[in-house]
Amino acid sequence: MTTFRIGCGAGYSGDRIEPAVELAERGHLHCLVFECLAERTIAVAQQARAADPSKGYDERLDERMEAVLPACVAHNVRIVTNMGAANPVAAGERVKAIATRLGLHGLKIATIAGDDVLSIVQREPFTDVDDGSPLRADRMVSANAYLGVEPIAEAIRRGANVIMTGRVADPSLFLAPMLVHHGWSLDDWSLLGRGTVIGHLLECAGQVTGGYFADPGIPGGRKDIQGLARLGFPLAEVSSDGSAVVTKVVGSGGLVSTATCKEQLLYELHDPSAHITPDVVADFSQVRLTPDGADRVRVDAGSGRPRTDMLKVSVGLREGWIGEGQISYAGPGAVGRAQLAAAIVAERLRLVGVAPAEIRYDLIGLNALHGSGPSHLAPEPYEVRLRVAARTDSPVEAQRVAREVETLYTNGPAGGGGATMTVRPVLGMRSTLIPRARVRPRIALTDV
Amino acid sequence: MQRITLREVAHARTGDKGDTCNISVIAFEERQFDHLRQHVTVERVRAFLGDLVRGEIVRFELPNIGALNFVLTHALGGGVTRSLALDAHGKSLGSALLAMEIPAP
Repeated sequence: MTTFRIGCGAGYSGDRIEPAVELAERGHLHCLVFECLAERTIAVAQQARAADPSKGYDERLDERMEAVLPACVAHNVRIVTNMGAANPVAAGERVKAIATRLGLHGLKIATIAGDDVLSIVQREPFTDVDDGSPLRADRMVSANAYLGVEPIAEAIRRGANVIMTGRVADPSLFLAPMLVHHGWSLDDWSLLGRGTVIGHLLECAGQVTGGYFADPGIPGGRKDIQGLARLGFPLAEVSSDGSAVVTKVVGSGGLVSTATCKEQLLYELHDPSAHITPDVVADFSQVRLTPDGADRVRVDAGSGRPRTDMLKVSVGLREGWIGEGQISYAGPGAVGRAQLAAAIVAERLRLVGVAPAEIRYDLIGLNALHGSGPSHLAPEPYEVRLRVAARTDSPVEAQRVAREVETLYTNGPAGGGGATMTVRPVLGMRSTLIPRARVRPRIALTDV
Repeated sequence: MQRITLREVAHARTGDKGDTCNISVIAFEERQFDHLRQHVTVERVRAFLGDLVRGEIVRFELPNIGALNFVLTHALGGGVTRSLALDAHGKSLGSALLAMEIPAP
């Protein structure tokens, strides 16, 4: 069986586009995956769909597909992506229209729906898997089960070369085309575990090719990375035994090394010996990473155990509003003035009777990221930016919080500049579990 | 005893899932893994990060790649999507941990 070559063309919905075109044109790929669906993205997309039934797919679908489709067709590269978001069927229609407009032919587009389980989760009692609290049906905007490899594998077997999904576990987007190519069975847990490790390494695109790794100034230049503005996205050469080499297009920027792969291997991982996906309980704890030439790392020794009977469901809930205001102070005494400003805002909110559910006061440049813990090590900065953020029940209250920061402009303390304010709804994401048998993926195919 | 910052011997990456965050601490040279295992303990990490972590901290060891993986619960202000924090994902927490001091190997 030939080596299977699979690349990652996006690690999130806003990701750069040119590295994907480079992979499609020069990666000698069989398959290119675009992972564009963060936890909250699908809840936002569900609201877009509710407002307009022809929408609800990834907002950058047009731009991305126009850029990559011609190269993928020319080089016979299959596309697998979750850009369908809350409306994979509409996304499929959109890709068909784009392909037709570009004069491309011979495409079979598959859409995979059925991850949307809102009607079930709204009707029956479900609880938050983390804290056991009931999920309130009246606040739900979305509920999507994480699908696994099966519907994607089925679409590939039926000849699809563009596959649009909604919520699918990220590594499954990669594992599905691998297992079809190599003929792995759905209960060969060891191979599924290895393929999951490979998918996990690829799924965040530039995070494994040195981009997110870069940290100049470490002794010995161990984290100095060249060509970050032209960062290459990753590809894997997957063998039939589930081992692989992770690499990138020759001449692209960045670095693939055992160190970049180690960081990504552990990214968003809890117990390394039990990483649960819809397909397998993957074991990352014995994985071996060995250098295999410039920008090449060999990955082996992943394994796995039988999959669980439940699927994770990501539930989007309306949880109030966040109002935020910021203003900057600089020069001698900047920190003192920013602290006075924070005290004024706190007192003003009491005076006008706004009592947020939660509020925080940060001094950006001093303690915004890590609170008062580790930052006590730092000297007083030349400039700081006061940030007040509050969660409220209503948009009016959120607006009041933000305005109390803005009014510091003329009411003091001295020299406050660059005030900004934002008000946004909170879409809180919770997780719950649903029996696998209750989720029924639906595949539809259309030809261009 | 001479002390160094963790950043001189290790690198780190932070990931998020809901209100739980994980921080990997990876030895630049795998022979220094035992030194990390000895000095980058759950107790020291808890003391260093202070009230940033409101839940428990669990450490997993990966001698195969010379790394430790810390899983911190209730560490992201109620979860990425609800948090009021500027860095709601806690992406910068790994960088904080690299400022921790340990004895020189």
